[in-house]
Amino acid sequence: MSDLKGKQEQASPGYLEAKARWNAEFEAQCKDIGKRRNRSGIVVEPLYGPDNWNSSRHLQDLGFPGQYPTTRGIHASMHRGRPWVPRMVVGLGVPEDYNRRMRELYAMGLTGLFVSPSNIHLRGYDTDEVEPELITGIGTLISTSEDFAICLNGLPFDRESISVGDTAPYTLTAMLLKVAKDRSIPWSSLAGTTNQSDYLSHYAALHMFFRLALPGQKRVLLDHAEWMNTNVPRWNAFSIVGQHMQQAGATPAEAVGLTISSAIQYANDLIERGRPPDSFLPRFSFFFDVSLSFFEEIAKFRAGRRVWARIVRERFKTQDPRSQRFRFHVQTSGADLTRQQPLNNIARVTVQAMAGIFGGLQSLHTDAYDEALGTPAESAARIAVATQNILREEAHLDDVIDPLGGAYYIESLTNQMEDEIVSVIRAVDDNGGMAAAVQSGFVQRLIGRSALEFQKKVENKEQRIVGVNSYEHDEDSRTLPAGTQRPDRVKVDAYLERLRAFRANRNQSKVAQALDELGASFESSNENTFAKIVGAIDAGATHGEVCARVREAVGFGEPLVLV
Amino acid sequence: MKSAKKAGDRPARVLITRIGLDGHDRGSRIVAAFLRDAGMEVVYTGPWQTVASVTNLALQEDVDVVGISSLAGDHLLVPKVIKELKATGLGHVAVVVGGIVPDTDIRTLADAGVAHVFHPGSTREEIVGKIAEFASAARAQATM
Repeated sequence: MSDLKGKQEQASPGYLEAKARWNAEFEAQCKDIGKRRNRSGIVVEPLYGPDNWNSSRHLQDLGFPGQYPTTRGIHASMHRGRPWVPRMVVGLGVPEDYNRRMRELYAMGLTGLFVSPSNIHLRGYDTDEVEPELITGIGTLISTSEDFAICLNGLPFDRESISVGDTAPYTLTAMLLKVAKDRSIPWSSLAGTTNQSDYLSHYAALHMFFRLALPGQKRVLLDHAEWMNTNVPRWNAFSIVGQHMQQAGATPAEAVGLTISSAIQYANDLIERGRPPDSFLPRFSFFFDVSLSFFEEIAKFRAGRRVWARIVRERFKTQDPRSQRFRFHVQTSGADLTRQQPLNNIARVTVQAMAGIFGGLQSLHTDAYDEALGTPAESAARIAVATQNILREEAHLDDVIDPLGGAYYIESLTNQMEDEIVSVIRAVDDNGGMAAAVQSGFVQRLIGRSALEFQKKVENKEQRIVGVNSYEHDEDSRTLPAGTQRPDRVKVDAYLERLRAFRANRNQSKVAQALDELGASFESSNENTFAKIVGAIDAGATHGEVCARVREAVGFGEPLVLV
Repeated sequence: MKSAKKAGDRPARVLITRIGLDGHDRGSRIVAAFLRDAGMEVVYTGPWQTVASVTNLALQEDVDVVGISSLAGDHLLVPKVIKELKATGLGHVAVVVGGIVPDTDIRTLADAGVAHVFHPGSTREEIVGKIAEFASAARAQATM
């Protein structure tokens, strides 16, 4: 009946007359009634009402939380019953440094664990394989399962979910399995995510986690997903990432559209291997950026949930609600933070975090205010965790599920963001799907164009940035706690000594045999290569040794970079 | 916008690159586009270049300026690049760094001979203007 009511109201002479009167007054009061657009290019009106959205489509377009099409949230209880998980990306120094920082943050209210390894690790090397200048203390130095065991000392990874920043060939996950085995923790009790296992986003946008040639990346990821699905059933082997694309310059709508296109690609790849959709879709997880464009971001997440639920139902023909859930982690956008007047970043991160929370996220990383200066200082990291505690426990943002649902603006914008997202997905479809679209450069050009457009808006001050292109004020950032500290030379030397001892004191023939088996597994399509990676790490192979053997088998990969 | 075609009788030639281990490239791609828009000739590389490959490219492409983008500590290799450029007879080539460089490292880079560090928030005008100046100076020095 609300449909009729809404329509009757809009059609009534009183409604139209009142709106015309408001509009005349508005225009008289507004010196500048020029069009405003959000980052995704959608025109933002000064007022929204029942002619923009009426509540009659509640069941079809929104649904109750946990119900198709999940616009209002993927669980019935959302943050009331399942508080979002504060999950901070932490990675610094030697494993002991990481462990100490993590324990401090855990005591501060962090519940989700996260391990972010050094760039040396991400490029596929052991710490002593690179030039010593590159041992910078950004990201944790991890080369062996012994390193990883030290990282996890005293941390409850058997109870809390753990996210590992891990890429093909997924040695960190293999190390976690070894640590669990050594501590008699059953793999079935482990919950977590191979964070950023999505190689397509790294091929197109960030490059950090891209290290093997594309066919090799694909083989190892699908093997990893199948093996984890069987042996560690609560594990999310797929972490499909829009964060890189938005950080690289994609608009919020483009980032979600491209990410869903990647998810469609991976689902099709697994279906091609004979896997039924309901066997893997429930373990798909997503990872997004949240920018300062507050309402747009809220609408982005709501629209993303609806688009994914509909695609799963329509393209993969499944009715299983678990397969339709658009579960996502959110990181506040570092690209929005400024080096100038860095304490202002606390305000920025708060707004970003609120947008993510109102958007119905499952877990959240809040950036430290000093991230545009270097690796966060401990005090800055503590403020980032405290920001989440304040939003939850002082501001009570977890009281009401989808509290902005039903607002004319939010619902209208959600519909418009959905249209934008769907048009990006169609464009990728027209370019042969995501794997083809990143290889032809279609995705890179799209992102590059949006990045340049945004930067031009900053240059001409259409987009103001406080402290950067407006309200500039000289402020000496050196008065802040120094975040980036080079790792203590003594600690690094001890670390490197331990690495050498690890290599010297293992059963060499067992390691050699496991690495040979790993190499050989790539010659047969019936072998699961990830099973051999787990075996090699278990036998005592280092990260760099496993990566070298996999590179030998499938080739090193260069991303496609376009300017 | 000032014309960048000051370096002798040809446009300024700039190598925009990334060394070391990091892959984030939003900044370097935007800088490359700005320099091209300003009429400079830009050679752009993918990530993970080495000291040797950057020096070779600078030599082969006869560039006036090498711009190195760094967000996660890779700038600490830049002194090695400058040393290698000098050893190759490219001491006139100006080296600039852009990205996240902690205040504590700026002195180290300046002492090693880095002409300028562009921090986040640098404007197009500033980047294009400074690089055009460095290119002119490098060209003048090379032809001396």
